[in-house]
Amino acid sequence: MKPVRFDYAAAPDAATACSLLTQSVAAKPIAGGQSLGPMLNLRLVRPDALVDISRASDLRGVRDEGNAIVYGAAVTHAEIEDGAVPDATPGWLASVARRIAYRAVRNRGTIGGSLAHADPAADWVNVLTALDASVVLTRSLGTRTVALAEFFTGPFATVLAHDEIVTGVRVPKRGAAARWGYWKFCLKVGDFAKASAAVLIDPERGETRILLGAIEKPPILLSDASAILAGRMPLAAVVTDVAPHLSYDSHALHVAALRRAIALATASGEVAA
Amino acid sequence: MSETNGKRAGVGSSVLRLEDDRYLRGRGRFIADIRLPAMLDVAFVRSPLAHARVRGIGKPQGFEDKVFVMTDLDGVQGIRADSGLPGFRSSVQPILASDKVRHVGEPLAACVAESRAEAEDIADMVSLDLEELPAVVEMTRARDPGAPLVHENWSENVFLETAVDTDFEKSVKDAAVKVKRTFRTARQSMAPMEGRGVVAYWDNQAQQIVVYTSTQMPHIVRNGLAGCLGLDQGIVRVVAPDVGGGFGYKGILLGEEVCLAYLAMKLKRPVRWIEDRREHLTGNANCREHHYEITGYAAADGKLLAIDCDAIVDSGAYSAYPFSACLEAAQVASILPGPYQFPGYRCRTWSVATNKPAILPFRGVARTGVCFALEVLLDSIARELNLPPEEVRRKNLVRPEQMPFVNITKKIFDSGDYVECLDRAVTALDLPAIRARQAAGEADGRRIGVGLAIFCEQGAHGTSVYSGWGIPMVPGFEQATARLTPDGGLELRVGVQSHGQSLETTLAQVANEVLGIAPQRVKLVHGDTALTPYSTGTWGSRCAVMAGGAVAAACDVLAGRIRKIAGHLLQADPESVVLADGMARAAGSEIALKDIGAAWYLRPQDLPADVDPAGLEATQGYKTQRDTGTFSYACHAAVVAVDTETGAIEILDYKIVEDGGVLINPMVVDGQVYGGAAQGIGTALYEEMRYDETGQPLAATFADYHLPGACEMPVMTVDHMQFPSPISRFGQKGIGEGGAIGPPAAIANAVNDALAPLGVEVDALPMTPFRVLAQLARGLNKSEQAA
Repeated sequence: MKPVRFDYAAAPDAATACSLLTQSVAAKPIAGGQSLGPMLNLRLVRPDALVDISRASDLRGVRDEGNAIVYGAAVTHAEIEDGAVPDATPGWLASVARRIAYRAVRNRGTIGGSLAHADPAADWVNVLTALDASVVLTRSLGTRTVALAEFFTGPFATVLAHDEIVTGVRVPKRGAAARWGYWKFCLKVGDFAKASAAVLIDPERGETRILLGAIEKPPILLSDASAILAGRMPLAAVVTDVAPHLSYDSHALHVAALRRAIALATASGEVAA
Repeated sequence: MSETNGKRAGVGSSVLRLEDDRYLRGRGRFIADIRLPAMLDVAFVRSPLAHARVRGIGKPQGFEDKVFVMTDLDGVQGIRADSGLPGFRSSVQPILASDKVRHVGEPLAACVAESRAEAEDIADMVSLDLEELPAVVEMTRARDPGAPLVHENWSENVFLETAVDTDFEKSVKDAAVKVKRTFRTARQSMAPMEGRGVVAYWDNQAQQIVVYTSTQMPHIVRNGLAGCLGLDQGIVRVVAPDVGGGFGYKGILLGEEVCLAYLAMKLKRPVRWIEDRREHLTGNANCREHHYEITGYAAADGKLLAIDCDAIVDSGAYSAYPFSACLEAAQVASILPGPYQFPGYRCRTWSVATNKPAILPFRGVARTGVCFALEVLLDSIARELNLPPEEVRRKNLVRPEQMPFVNITKKIFDSGDYVECLDRAVTALDLPAIRARQAAGEADGRRIGVGLAIFCEQGAHGTSVYSGWGIPMVPGFEQATARLTPDGGLELRVGVQSHGQSLETTLAQVANEVLGIAPQRVKLVHGDTALTPYSTGTWGSRCAVMAGGAVAAACDVLAGRIRKIAGHLLQADPESVVLADGMARAAGSEIALKDIGAAWYLRPQDLPADVDPAGLEATQGYKTQRDTGTFSYACHAAVVAVDTETGAIEILDYKIVEDGGVLINPMVVDGQVYGGAAQGIGTALYEEMRYDETGQPLAATFADYHLPGACEMPVMTVDHMQFPSPISRFGQKGIGEGGAIGPPAAIANAVNDALAPLGVEVDALPMTPFRVLAQLARGLNKSEQAA
């Protein structure tokens, strides 16, 4: 399959990109193109113009805000994997990046593109939500910051307006005392997760977050995180409660993901059922 | 025997592949690399429905001359591949469907434009008026009374039904155990790196339609093309360029080939069609889908008494040319007994028609499914009898002193030691250590298991085997041409086609063995009907034996003529002339082959008066001494860990012991075995084209159709036994497919061994985590009910 005919423009900066996007309702931004590319070829999307933001200078940088790091939306997975940009966490982002798809995908795929695409199974969608990250969204009218927990509205759906792009991803810094566990189940290396879970225990900030991901819709932050960690809630019931739509096997995989993410974060290797 | 630069380069040497330089540098010339002036691209409009009556196809306004439907293809006939077996029901696969569509992806119209993207734009605008009909999707329901008919003039959805019974009733009387199981294998989409593709143009000088196509069998394609187009064979030329993998996917006459050839003649412009992955996956998932109800009868000591099997093969909607819709099921019945001997056998097969693409033989053909069914059953019998699985196999394998052995379905096993093959695999695994580890349990809570699978593989089988099936293609003598060039090099011409088998190297090694010419100075010409002797092509693990034998035979003739000229020039007895290192040597003196070549071509005045006027070019035909095939065999042994919480299976160890007879190039054979095993692991754990109840395929990209990748491959070892075949030229046996046969059975047995304490068995492929979890849940329910 080949894409439909479209115009192409490479935007030098975010402002130009936003202005180009206002020119047609059928225009779309493209960054690494690792999801959009196949969708174009399959004609699942038929834009009349692509605005390439992968080389926009203000989307390629990283800014340290003291208690958080803001990654330009066009920073690639490979740059995070390789440590070419600072890691807001004690190495967790690099370790997540290392297991996204394949290196060829990571060379081009971007952190902002992954969030904007909003695949419920994608690593950044789940990991950055668990880490309480937010996105900086820009359109010609102005800029707003939205917590990821509020950003996703459905599978492959976000609050982004048509002429609005993700320009930055703000990830709170995590110190040495913080603990983290992320576990995903893939049918093969590079496959999108069939189940995932993430656990963050940050005593410095007094935060405990447990996330269930790859549930065919935006990830869910579990309430009662402390009770779950204390082993006071059966995990099977927790999964059934928040994701009753899952099939038998998908439920089993999510229970396993949750158990293993908790084990990784608590380094106990053992979790009460 | 010959040396090149001090290193042996003949049969048995791991000569580096001559074709690698261009392949590894990305400089091969594959179908999509061919650009012809004024070439048009073709996009097909394909059926979105599995089963529908075609009420109309609307060409978009202004593009009427860019869109072709069946009625535009004047005089073109559909593809017919009947079997001569009694009761075979005939079907015709239309080049473009016009009355009914019978599977998703079936071509309805061809659109031409300056680029593929523009051709797809036109295809988007073609309107289809289809009346959807109920589809036949599930093979086990295809014969139900009242099932919709794929072919309305048939009485039931069955291409062919077969039955064999050898002493079944009388053999089962004293059975200590009767173990019955149901197995199924998934429909797969063979996935060569390069898909199909065709470039066709009318050569005005030659007055020929030239069809470049990514095929395994150019001569067979020419037969079929000429027939469908109603043309003399003389005006059809078929050329296979570099072919990026076949595995059976390209062992077929394509409707697209017929259509493109017609369009090139009609439009008088080159046309091309390059299959994309979406067409490939949705329209051509075409192999492996079997269903077995199999019962084994055994004595208390594990001796097999009889096997009883009902097998269904989902043959899809049409009979593919040339192998037909029933080859797979006919094979099931004839090879199910495997490498074993037992007195009673009953097998019924049904090649059922469904609304899916026509089935094609994939590497290993029916053996992968058959081996899975029989070997997993054997382990179940072993568990029932509380005997080690290796012991049950040892009891029943054909023994070396019985070779050559005629088995219960009249297959003639040529040579080998199946028991030693098994024993070597068991030793390589260190079975006692694994059993001890198993008893101790794993720290991570996973369960480990060991599985064995042993099988034999008929290769290079010829006329007497295929004539019985009465399909459009029966292999006879395989031919090759050998020509000494004036500078002492060699040209070989063969009708088989290399699509990854390294024939440019291995056939050069065969020539080297006979003529002593360095492989680097041997040019193999293949894949072009205009330049090569007729051949049925590359399939059935036949090239090393048949093309290898033919090249040797042609080189033998050439050697005799070279010796005669050399004897004359060296003043020696021609019989005493030895050919080695590019030289002819006799009586203490030598002459370079380039001087022999020069004598014939450039200085005929130097030739003896009685020189053979046929010169330094010879074509010879070759058959094995008995054309019932060589039988390579192998034992695959797997150790797996099963995570019962997620259903995930990890292969911890994988050993292969195989016998390919005398190996022409052991390194190439290793590659064949590893590559085949990778595909077998795909069959075992990953690959599956699922369909919904309306016949819609549920995977359109490799994100949903999972192929194993490098990360999914275990470290494997291959141990070669080399029992020469008594019927082939050098003792070589066909080995190209074996790697793909063993993995599903070996891995399933390992999984079942791991899960045996839970009373759970897997019985379907691929063994995805979802299937394993479902089986575990079923086992849990069973034990709860029992409690």
